[in-house]
Amino acid sequence: MEGLLPDLEVVRKDFPILSRPMADGHPLVYLDSANTSQKPQVVIDTMVDHLERHNANIARAMHQLGAEATAAYEDARDKVAAFLGAPDRDEVIFLKNATEALNLAANTLAWPGERQVGPGDEVVITEMEHHSNIVPWQLLTERTGATLRWFGITEDGRLDLSDIDELVTERTKVVSLVWISNMLGTVNPIGAIARRAHEVGALVVVDASQAAPQLPIDLAAMPEEERPDLLAFTGHKVVGPTGIGVLWGRRAVLDQLPPFLGGGEMIETVTMERSTYAPIPHKFEAGTPPIVEAVGLGAAVDYLSVLGMTNVHRHEQVVTAYALEGLQSVPGLRVLGPLDAAQRGGAISFEIPGVHPHDLATVLDTRGIAVRAGHHCAKPAHARFGVQSSTRMSSYLYTTPAEIDALVDGLEYTRSYFKLS
Amino acid sequence: MTTDLDSLYQEIILDHYKNPHHKGLREPFEAEVHHVNPTCGDEVTLRVHLGDGPGGTTVEDVSYDALGCSISQASASVLTDLVIGKPVDDAMRIHDEFLTLMQGKGQVEPDEEVLEDGVAFAGVARFPARIKCALLSWMAWKDATTTAQLEEAQ
Repeated sequence: MEGLLPDLEVVRKDFPILSRPMADGHPLVYLDSANTSQKPQVVIDTMVDHLERHNANIARAMHQLGAEATAAYEDARDKVAAFLGAPDRDEVIFLKNATEALNLAANTLAWPGERQVGPGDEVVITEMEHHSNIVPWQLLTERTGATLRWFGITEDGRLDLSDIDELVTERTKVVSLVWISNMLGTVNPIGAIARRAHEVGALVVVDASQAAPQLPIDLAAMPEEERPDLLAFTGHKVVGPTGIGVLWGRRAVLDQLPPFLGGGEMIETVTMERSTYAPIPHKFEAGTPPIVEAVGLGAAVDYLSVLGMTNVHRHEQVVTAYALEGLQSVPGLRVLGPLDAAQRGGAISFEIPGVHPHDLATVLDTRGIAVRAGHHCAKPAHARFGVQSSTRMSSYLYTTPAEIDALVDGLEYTRSYFKLS
Repeated sequence: MTTDLDSLYQEIILDHYKNPHHKGLREPFEAEVHHVNPTCGDEVTLRVHLGDGPGGTTVEDVSYDALGCSISQASASVLTDLVIGKPVDDAMRIHDEFLTLMQGKGQVEPDEEVLEDGVAFAGVARFPARIKCALLSWMAWKDATTTAQLEEAQ
């Protein structure tokens, strides 16, 4: 098949979990990578090596191990900055996940400062957001008296931008949206939306949780008016560990935002009356950070860079196109979201009338096939399509066409098991 | 594989799923609750109507409207079969027995005298991800019944 990663079988050997047998000896068919990706040996080894040989707290320990641990942590920041094409490595903030990054944005915008959101202001999100990019903005607008507004979704699963000029106005203080939907797979035109938002002086926040694993990102190469001001992603979806997430932000914006959590390492000096704060990135990294997780993330983005994100993206598109074709051969199956692989990511949600997603997932699981069933933390997007839940398959760089065939066979088997004609 | 799957999806369960008993919301009722399984989105709205019977306060009716998988739907259907017409105390004992079965990791031998069609859910206990599905309507029923009793006591 044209466009798959070169040496796919060799790449798969980098991921030890892919060769473990499942119940009853079935091979693992892991199609839940939008939930969390699997980890290559190099990430596991890097983290073990760090804990075995370099463990110490960072930025304060006056000894060799402290220096090594600090260097490893800051080295990981350089790697993530390179992965994103960040204009400035200090713009990369390590947090615990994308949820924390989005909450940092929504919380600090509530407090006094140049960017403070208040009564009469508007925050614009979209109907296809993950709950983590809905709830923090609901909290912000409820707490500040601002108004929450949102873009709707078209019948074919795209953002409805027909009313963008009425939705994003001089009242808009923040536009926060997902780059690639975790449920519909839609790739959103963040450049065009950012351009409009910047025209009215709004801050642009992008949830890149599904985009960072799949798309080559080069922030510095984006035209400034199309570049997000803040961008969040999580480590565990880019073959890194859990417990580490990233907020990238334009330096001028990060400097304007007040601190989020207060504590050690985020200060310049402290008296009993008041404190002054460290410059970014440390201003937003209070307390001992997830050190070994950051080191693991550094190894993860290095691994992706060696494979080449352009190659990873092409692989995803080829596998997604093959999956869309296979899924649509299953009688009755309805794909929720765009049907053109070139304009979507590797997560495909679908429903088969007559079989609930839970039952589907359980039957597939007994054949070693891991998918997600439920609302995928995107209840409003499900409601938009009149469904309470769906089944989602999500591929990644290690997914083979044979695994898609196994899924399609499993779906046929499920239909016959539940006696659908 | 097939045996494992068949132990989960017993014919009895699939029958209740396709033809649920006592489904729909009815009057009168003393308490109505709405329970969701936040991880998957399954939902049930359930009403309880209590009355006086020879054995004390009796479950006169349980009516419900539910969205969800075969296990959660069938479980609601079996629940209504088991508790409607029973004194609340007896119904609570059946609830406890079902709960014990579900939490028994597949090691508890179900008592068919007490649980009737409910014994079909014994296999569910071996699928940790599905136990909450089977318990959704039972938790809702207990909640609604307790609420109805409190209302009555006031």
